[in-house]
Amino acid sequence: MEWISYLNPLMQGAWVTIELTIYSTILGALFSFAFGIGKLSKNPLISAVSIGYIEIFRGTSLLVQLFWLYFALPLVGQAIGIDLRLPPVIAGVLALSLNIGAYGAEVVRGAIQAVNKDQYEAAKALNFTPRQALFRVALPQAIPEMMPPFGNLAIQNLKDTALVSLISLGDLAFRAEQLRNFTQDSTTIYTLVLFMYFGMALVLTALMKLLERFVGRWRAAAR
Amino acid sequence: MLFGIEWDRSSDLAFAISIFPILMRGLWVTIQATFLGFFVAMILGLVLAALKSAPLKIISWPAYAITEFIRDTPLLIQLFFLYYVLPEYGLVFPAFITGALALGIQYSAYLSEVYRAGIEAVAKGQHEAARALNLTGLRTFTHVVLPQAIPRIVPAMGNYLVSIMKDVPILSVVTVLEMLNVAQIIGDRTFNYLIPLSMVGGIYLVLTIVASAGVRLLDNALPKRGLPLK
Repeated sequence: MEWISYLNPLMQGAWVTIELTIYSTILGALFSFAFGIGKLSKNPLISAVSIGYIEIFRGTSLLVQLFWLYFALPLVGQAIGIDLRLPPVIAGVLALSLNIGAYGAEVVRGAIQAVNKDQYEAAKALNFTPRQALFRVALPQAIPEMMPPFGNLAIQNLKDTALVSLISLGDLAFRAEQLRNFTQDSTTIYTLVLFMYFGMALVLTALMKLLERFVGRWRAAAR
Repeated sequence: MLFGIEWDRSSDLAFAISIFPILMRGLWVTIQATFLGFFVAMILGLVLAALKSAPLKIISWPAYAITEFIRDTPLLIQLFFLYYVLPEYGLVFPAFITGALALGIQYSAYLSEVYRAGIEAVAKGQHEAARALNLTGLRTFTHVVLPQAIPRIVPAMGNYLVSIMKDVPILSVVTVLEMLNVAQIIGDRTFNYLIPLSMVGGIYLVLTIVASAGVRLLDNALPKRGLPLK
C-alpha cells in the first residue's frame, strides 16, 4: 500500500490549492462585478477601461499573464524605479483572479442587461436614483441568473490553479511533480492527483449549488 | 541565438524586431498544436456524444461520468499523466503529439456537450414530422436533424478552437517549443523577459480578436433555421 504514504505530502499541496482557489475566486468575483458594472457605465472612461481589461485578459493565455506578472512586471518596476517583484503567491492569486474576473465580468454584464427593462422604468417612476435602481432592483434579480455560469467559472478557476506550480508555488500539482521526481511512481501519483482534483471539483460544485439556492431564496416567495 | 536567428540588443525596438521571426517559429508550432488538438477533440467528442445518447444506461452513464471527470480535472495534470504514464506502457510519443492528445482529450468533453446540446435543441415536432413522412432514422438524422443542428454547433466549436489556442502554452511544460516557451528561452538568455513576454501577449490578443471576429462572421453567415438542402 505505497499510495497511502503519498497522501500526506499531496494533502499539503491540496490545501494550498484550496486556499488559492478560495482567494482567487473571491477576488475574481470582485473584479467581475467591478468591471461588469463598469462596462455598462455611462462614463466613457470607466467603460473603456472595463472593456480594455476584459478584452486583454480574455484574449490572452492565462499562462502568459502569469509569466508576465511574475517575470516581466519586475522589469517594468525597475524601469520606473518601483519594486514590483511579486512573491509567487501574490502573482499567482492576481493572475488567476484577473483572468477569471474578465470572464466573470461578461457574465455580470449579461445578467444585468437581461433584467427586464420595465424594472428600470418602474424604479425610475418610484424616483429611485440610478445607483438605487442598480443595487436594489437590478442586481438582486441578476445575481441568481449569474450563479450557474459562476459555478462553471469556479471549477475552471480550481483547474487553473494547477498552473501556479510553474512559478514554484507548492500546490497539489507541484507536490505531485516533486513526489514523482522522488519516487518515479508516475501512474499511482498522477491517478491519485486526478481524483483529488475531481473530488475538490465535486465539493466546489456542491458549494456553488448551495450559494445559488441562498442568493435565489427570495424567488420562491416572490412567485 | 535561437533557431539560427541572431537577436540585436542595440535598442529595445531593434531587439523586438529581431526576435519577432523567432516568435513566429513558435507561433507556427502553437497553430499546429491548436489544430491537431481540435481535430482530436472533434473526433473524441463525437464518440462521447454518441455514447451519451445511447439508449442503454450501461453505455451512456459511464460516458457521462468520463465527460465530467475530464471536465473537472486540470489540463496540466492530464498532460503530465499522459507524458509520464503512457511511456510506462510502451507508448512513447514525441512531446508535441502527447500535448496535442491532452488538449484533444480535455476539449473532447466540452465538444461532446456542444454536439449533444445542438442535436437536442432540434424541436421534437421535427422528429415527429419526419416520422409522419416515413423517413428512416438515418435519413431523419442526416436530412432533418443535422442541417438544423450545424448552425448551432459550428460557432460554439469556433469558440472552443480559440480556447484551445489559449491553452497551448501549457504544453511548454513538456518541452514543446510553442510561442510562450520560445519567449521564455529568449528571456532566459538575454535577461529581458519584458519584451518577449509582452510581445507574446500582444500576438495572442491580435489572434483571439481576429478569430472571435471570424466566429461572429460565421455565426451570422450560417442560416439560423438550418442549412438549406437541395
